[in-house]
Amino acid sequence: MAKWLVCTLLWVLGAGAAWPKDTAPAPADAALEKRVMHLSEELRCLVCQNQTIADSNAELAVDLRNQVREQMRQGRSDDAIRGYMVERYGDFILYRPPVKASTALLWFGPLVLVLGGIGGLALYVRQRRRLAVDDDTENTGFDDYDLPVAPPVAAKHKIKQKP
Amino acid sequence: MKRTLIPALIFAVIVVFLGIGLTLNPREVPSPLIGKPAPGFKLATLDAPDKILTLRDMAGRAWVLNVFASWCAPCREEHPLLVDLANKTPVPIFGLNYKDRQVDAERWLKQFGNPYRSVLVDRDGRAGIDYGVYGVPETFVIDKAGTVRYKKVGPLTPEVIEKRILPLLKELNG
Repeated sequence: MAKWLVCTLLWVLGAGAAWPKDTAPAPADAALEKRVMHLSEELRCLVCQNQTIADSNAELAVDLRNQVREQMRQGRSDDAIRGYMVERYGDFILYRPPVKASTALLWFGPLVLVLGGIGGLALYVRQRRRLAVDDDTENTGFDDYDLPVAPPVAAKHKIKQKP
Repeated sequence: MKRTLIPALIFAVIVVFLGIGLTLNPREVPSPLIGKPAPGFKLATLDAPDKILTLRDMAGRAWVLNVFASWCAPCREEHPLLVDLANKTPVPIFGLNYKDRQVDAERWLKQFGNPYRSVLVDRDGRAGIDYGVYGVPETFVIDKAGTVRYKKVGPLTPEVIEKRILPLLKELNG
């Protein structure tokens, strides 16, 4: 058991130690590295689709991060690099998809739903209000005071109450 | 009547949308390359490391590009189908050995057969990125003009070969 624990610990520590190998920034490149990670956070990892290539340690994500880094070193702008990725992997790689005809539903769908909801609610409230107003103006011949008052339940059934 | 009809209607709409969602495969990313010129490359071949092939060498004929690696399990599943396909069509199949080791790739071909006219070596995966490869195996069909006409992500199946690839190759080669 103890052996097993030690092995696991060593393994975990080993994995931790190996971790920064592929991303380790040279101190002088801290600014560049920040830019790399910033852009990488906008790019989807295609192997593990719910992660960005900044989060993911899939091999492809590492390759794409290196690609981003290399192109930044060559002085290419973020937009140019984004374009490079889209050319190869399509809009799907962008976590912030561009606004165009095919993505209109994605961008404006929630707004349409909210407006629809507000519209529906307004209609409902107006209808209810009209019903309430109708009730007020209609003379039903009696008011609340005329309603029979229910006798107290205890009295009716003669329930014995404990002293 | 109205009170039950409206929720039922909303429910029906949601069911339809969720139903459509179930039939879609989120792993299959539509390739932006379809209908576009195939990306250029300049790669050594597996059997002769000093022999360099470029996209220009492919000009004037239709060809199939199959991305594979010895470490990729689905490639193994797909391989007999590629060997079979090579026998069925005069269109040459080129391999792109993706992020693999020379010895492993050679052993792979010796062991499972070699359906490829030639195998391009993409050791660092750069050509793979240019082709938008994200899940090996991937298969591309490129026409005489150098335009990408078809792309399949994941292993080929007999159905895909019979229904999509063979008819397309016949059309492109005719």
